Amino acid sequence: MVRVGGVAIRGYGGYVPRYRIRAEEIGRIWGVGAAELPVGEKSVAGPDEDVATMAVEAARMALRRAGIDPRKIGAIHVGSESKPYAVKPTGTIVAEAIGANPSKLAADFEFACKAGTEALSLISGLIQTGIIEYGLAIGADTAQGRPRDALEYTAASGAAAFILGKPDRQAVALIEAWSGYVTDTPDFWRRPFDRYPVHAARFTGAPAYFKHVVGAVKSLLDGDGYSIDEIDYFVFHQPNVKFPLAAAKMLGIPKEKVLPGLLSDKIGNTYSACSLLGLVKVLDQAQPGQKILLASYGSGAGSDAFIIKVLDAILERRDLAPRLDSFLEDKIYIDYATYLKFRGEILRR
Amino acid sequence: MGKVFIAGVGFTKIAEHWDRSLDGLLVEASLKAFDNAGLSEVDSIYVGNALAEALQDQMHLGAAVAEDLGLARIPAFRVEAAEASGAAALYAGFNEVASGRADAVLVVGGEKLSDGLPEEVSSGLMMGGRPYYESFIGADFYSLNALLYRIYCERYGCDNLASFPVMSHAHAEGVAHAQYPFKLSLEKVLSSPFIAEPLRRLEVSGIGDGAAAVILVGERLAGKLKSPLSQLQVASATDRLNPFDRESPLRFQSVGLAVSLVLRDARLSRNEIGFIELYDATSIMAALCLESSGFADPGKSGELAARGELDLGGSLPCNTFGGLKARGHPLGATALYQIAEAHLQVTDQAGRNQVDSAGAGLAIAIGGVGATAFASIVKRV
Repeated sequence: MVRVGGVAIRGYGGYVPRYRIRAEEIGRIWGVGAAELPVGEKSVAGPDEDVATMAVEAARMALRRAGIDPRKIGAIHVGSESKPYAVKPTGTIVAEAIGANPSKLAADFEFACKAGTEALSLISGLIQTGIIEYGLAIGADTAQGRPRDALEYTAASGAAAFILGKPDRQAVALIEAWSGYVTDTPDFWRRPFDRYPVHAARFTGAPAYFKHVVGAVKSLLDGDGYSIDEIDYFVFHQPNVKFPLAAAKMLGIPKEKVLPGLLSDKIGNTYSACSLLGLVKVLDQAQPGQKILLASYGSGAGSDAFIIKVLDAILERRDLAPRLDSFLEDKIYIDYATYLKFRGEILRR
Repeated sequence: MGKVFIAGVGFTKIAEHWDRSLDGLLVEASLKAFDNAGLSEVDSIYVGNALAEALQDQMHLGAAVAEDLGLARIPAFRVEAAEASGAAALYAGFNEVASGRADAVLVVGGEKLSDGLPEEVSSGLMMGGRPYYESFIGADFYSLNALLYRIYCERYGCDNLASFPVMSHAHAEGVAHAQYPFKLSLEKVLSSPFIAEPLRRLEVSGIGDGAAAVILVGERLAGKLKSPLSQLQVASATDRLNPFDRESPLRFQSVGLAVSLVLRDARLSRNEIGFIELYDATSIMAALCLESSGFADPGKSGELAARGELDLGGSLPCNTFGGLKARGHPLGATALYQIAEAHLQVTDQAGRNQVDSAGAGLAIAIGGVGATAFASIVKRV
């Protein structure tokens, strides 16, 4: 566990595309009954959206809340496993779109679903060491699920962006501590040039998600003396509805502290954006002085856990941009055929 | 033929042992059996395993286990008969001791199914059938079971078959080595989704890893040991591989023949059998196993389960530690769990699972959908 001194969240933004497909609609095609579905519905990027456009949407909202000059942003790191380019950083596109060019650093990160929090940790380090004044960490994905695979029900689209800087009166939250837990655990992967990831079924549970998430959280709780009682919200990576609730149960965390940041039933698993969107949802409702524990999970595998303390400025700054609820409630349902069209699954030649 | 005794048993907990190897599980069970018997040497080793070549790329388990146990010198073999591989190893070990060639043998069965994806395990199970005309048309172990289930329902009605998993789970409650050591309600079984209609998910055993071992000894050595002994008798028979090639798909000839043979060899009648370990890989298999063995009339076994006759305190206790459904079913190890559990029963070491009048128990192991059957009697001495 690492005490993070002098790093604050200045602005944040969460973006979820408007389109939704119900898990039931996917189940209808493959003959899977309602009792078997891991989520209620998931978000789907529209035909003119990708990780770059969604990252820009989220970054713009973060910028509005931060109220800083974008030219002062020294680094933009985008975590994603659905980058529009295999070679060319998405961060360069985001920087140009929000007026942050030229920035000092702009690289894309990949660590399955924890690439976004990986960006958050590294930007924290750059702020802490004084290399940059402000930095932008983004998690964004238009996640792939092979038709008929279990992932098809959950692999969703969304983006979350955080502008970090030194703590001052405009900061909305303080990053107090961080802990990482990484091992070589091949539970889910995608090889170069493959269209879809593969996963090792039940191996993704106990030895993968639970071991790493619980490991990272415990190192904050046991290693640095944080107690469950003093933390008001727990946000876990949420590949489905079951896993985050089961992790909470293992750690003895009351369900009520998890539900406020649990979005998977409504938007599915937005991969690199997933736990970060849960954090956005909690920042939209938390009160100054409250504490949040965020724990991501990335297959391969690892977890980043953070202790984040909400600051006074949250009250005046959070409504400088639309709250996440406005995206969660603005929905257009699509059928499976439209879904295939949006996902580029229909071969036209 | 000389007498054959079980001198020691050992087994691992059945679970998804993500951090263990197949060899490691086999060694753990074997060492426990050695300790239990108070022996450190045997004359030969028989390893029961079904899918190591498919899931572990390993086809030389006999020598591997001998080496792991520090016994790389004695004869050691892997024996297979699909899901009944553990019983096939037992049969081979039994014969070697009964013939007088060996004074003591180790029989160990193990399987590590979590090394494969569920679909690989499912394909592996079909290696116990006729791949070129069963798997070829998309049939798997469960769909073949579902077809038998349908015929059973049409002929006899099938209101009570879902009582088999309920019975097995009730017996596994609190059993330390069981994969699913908890009760299961009939409502829960009947509300679980179909995996191949009319077979429901909770009527089917799960995927688990485990190993179980027994040490068999002949009369010469038996007298010198301090560990509690039981006497073993094993018989086997076969049938056509595909159940629909048989005269009557609902009667497992292999089971009927093996049970008759083992009763004859043990000089026991059916009413002297105090409990049965059934091969309940599915609820329909449990029913066909009990009916084919002559312990229930055709179409009537489900009623016995529903009425509580097969409970620990019933007239014919079955699956005294949870059977395949609840204790677990790591293929090549399963039959040896049955034997070890029967040994615990007849030596009064079964704890809260102890059945009264456990003078002799019958264990039935089935490879494929009834193609190979082994019947073993474990008897109090």
